[in-house]
Amino acid sequence: MAWTGNVLRVNLTAGTVASEPLNKQWARDYLGQRGLATKYLAEEVDPTVDALGPDNKLIMVTGPLTGTMASTGGRYSVVTKSPLTGAVACSNSGGFIGAELKMAGWDMIIFEGKSPQPVYLSIQNEKAELLPADQIWGRSIWEADGILHKLHQDPDIRICCVGRAAEAGNLYAAIVNDLHRAAGRSGVGTVMASKHLKAVVVRGTRGVGNIKDPLRFMQATEAGKKVLSDNAVTGGGLPQYGTQVLMNVINEMAAMPTRNMREVQFEGAHRISGEAMHEPRQSDGKPNLTTNAACFACTIACGRIATIDKGHYTVQNKPEYWQASGGLEYEAAWALGSDTGVDDINALTYANFLCNEDGMDPISFGATVAAAMELYEMGALTKEETGGIELKFGSAEALTQCAELTAHGEGFGKELGLGSKRLCEKYGHPDLSMTVKGQEFPAYDPRGIQGMGLAYATSNRGACHLRGYTVSSEVLGIPEKTDPLATEGKPELVKAFQDATAVVDSSGLCVFTTFAWTLDDIAPQIDAACDGEWTTEYLLEVGERIWNLERDFNLRAGLTGKDDTLPKRLRKDAANVGPAKGMVNDVHAMMPKYYAIRGWTPEGELTEQTRQRLGL
Amino acid sequence: MAMALQLEAEKCTGCLQCEMACSYENEGVFNPAKSRIKVFTFHEEGKFAPYTCTQCEEAWCMHACPVEAIVVDMATGAKNVLEDVCVGCKVCTIACPFGTVNYEPDSGKVIKCDLCGGDPWCAKACPTGAITYVDDSDTTYERMRAWAQQAPSAPARFNPPQPKSVQIFDRES
Ligand code: SF4
Ligand code: SF4
Ligand code: SF4
Repeated sequence: MAWTGNVLRVNLTAGTVASEPLNKQWARDYLGQRGLATKYLAEEVDPTVDALGPDNKLIMVTGPLTGTMASTGGRYSVVTKSPLTGAVACSNSGGFIGAELKMAGWDMIIFEGKSPQPVYLSIQNEKAELLPADQIWGRSIWEADGILHKLHQDPDIRICCVGRAAEAGNLYAAIVNDLHRAAGRSGVGTVMASKHLKAVVVRGTRGVGNIKDPLRFMQATEAGKKVLSDNAVTGGGLPQYGTQVLMNVINEMAAMPTRNMREVQFEGAHRISGEAMHEPRQSDGKPNLTTNAACFACTIACGRIATIDKGHYTVQNKPEYWQASGGLEYEAAWALGSDTGVDDINALTYANFLCNEDGMDPISFGATVAAAMELYEMGALTKEETGGIELKFGSAEALTQCAELTAHGEGFGKELGLGSKRLCEKYGHPDLSMTVKGQEFPAYDPRGIQGMGLAYATSNRGACHLRGYTVSSEVLGIPEKTDPLATEGKPELVKAFQDATAVVDSSGLCVFTTFAWTLDDIAPQIDAACDGEWTTEYLLEVGERIWNLERDFNLRAGLTGKDDTLPKRLRKDAANVGPAKGMVNDVHAMMPKYYAIRGWTPEGELTEQTRQRLGL
Repeated sequence: MAMALQLEAEKCTGCLQCEMACSYENEGVFNPAKSRIKVFTFHEEGKFAPYTCTQCEEAWCMHACPVEAIVVDMATGAKNVLEDVCVGCKVCTIACPFGTVNYEPDSGKVIKCDLCGGDPWCAKACPTGAITYVDDSDTTYERMRAWAQQAPSAPARFNPPQPKSVQIFDRES
């Protein structure tokens, strides 16, 4: 077992909730979380629907290991059609709400339709009800969280919520849970707000008990934890520096996209790095970092809890931002910092707080500001259009002003909320948008890490590092080292990472475990918990099936092989320094081989054979 | 030698492995709501603190129980609830100054830490060493040692950045 077997279906149009049994065959074919919810979405939603219309559905889903003692077993995902990319969206979050949902007895919640009035869903074990959201609509996530805690009079409820950005139609709005963990990418929060659903409040006291072989499960999870604690990354680098452990490493190898990806190295990286977060500041002698923190069941604890210097211009007169809260992760530090040329760690932490407070993806936000800065510096965007903001690379003030406006959905922030693709099109320079399928890039320059170019171009949710993190192999040598500048062997590497990651994302576990774990560490944990036999080989088949199902959804939605590409800048403008100096990303040299090993046509369509082999 | 649980909040990351280990050992489910140990989060300060029964020598709960359902385990010194004797009157939950004996609505009885008969699962599950099972006269020894180490004689400049030791200082100052 390990699944609860219960699906909660919420019809927002009619205002009804109903319980139905989980489709067990689909759980066997797609495991859980990302895979399972994508199956439901693909079966129930026409991929061509308007992502923000009532016909789109929004699924919150756990994995079979969510809510167990398996290390990091607390994840949940949000699956829907993305308004940013038009492709399938699947955003994964840690924190505690996923486990709480499972403890309440639910594998997933399917939201359909659109509520006439703003509402929120309250779940207390088997009891679920839609309640009016008048008191919290129009408020920030942090405010709403406080109000809901007061209303429910229970300190143990867990909440996920959308902010003012989502309400204003920001296309990369996140769903934030537990105040500062987020299902961050592709605008899943925008879809939630479009349905007039403000929050989900969960309290679960039933627990997770139906483990197939409890003794073997305890032994397998125990062994897994030992591997994590013995590993230098998961047992050392991540707890100490968080994902920010990467900032100096990636910058040194000149794969740090800088100033809208014009350059590949940021001179201010050491000022915004994981190490910098440990340095005591002048004013009060405290470091930016207060402590590390774990998500549910996680024995790694990469999370950053940080404070802003009380004397910093951003918060001088705002004591509400003096408390400790979710601090900079690598991706946020990169997008808000290196990509905009800003090296003021307090300004970045403030912008990051705002992204959490009102639910915005800091990657897409930072990268959109970076694109706007380039437009501004070349004169394509004027001071009149920015509402008076001097939008220059390196300006902390410009960044934090933009963050305030975008988080609140006001003024020029409305335009920034469209994302970099639509913004650059609007101002006549579509080539300056650093996106794939309309979604902004994360923090690894594919000119210096060739495999990542292919991973970005073929990612089913647009540019993303978490769909196939070949950085592991190309930079860190996990599970084995490959040459980051070579294209040979990368199609195979990308496919292997994509399929394995689809499994991890469907299990309830965190992808960061894969710095130490392979599927050989994960399979015994799944096998001991879940009905049926789960070998590494079978899991890889599941991963490949999930990947192809997502691809199929995207093709049906109208995307084609032509969308599997990178912006011109990364294909034509060579890196200016570092080991990749003079190189571009050779994505189209890798593509034919990739399509071939995927079992797709030269145009990137699934062949009938591939469908049959995977049972699609 | 009597043993006791030593809880060091400054090491805790809030992962709840201890709560799951406890509920699993005692109830056979992963369920923080049924754990005898509880981890508190203080968001605004970035603090986590595990908390459970200290097994008082003159246990308030035990003395308050009108039906003598709470007894001393001679092997471990734990004060144990005899489930079939407990009538669920909750007097012990009022008597305990620390709130560490709790009513459990599903069974209609109270639950509290029993030191797992001398093999505490929470301590085994804790990945950070925030919970250890030590000689009960030593439970504060490590904390004293950590403070002693903060004394100005240690030249700070020779210490590479170490987040954990910085936290100890921050959190308790
Ligand atoms: S590794 Fe980090 S993100 Fe993953 S579960 Fe642990 S704390 Fe959360
Ligand atoms: S010693 Fe056992 S009963 Fe007591 S808190 Fe720890 S796990 Fe629970
Ligand atoms: S297991 Fe240890 S680190 Fe995790 S919450 Fe419990 S005391 Fe804290």
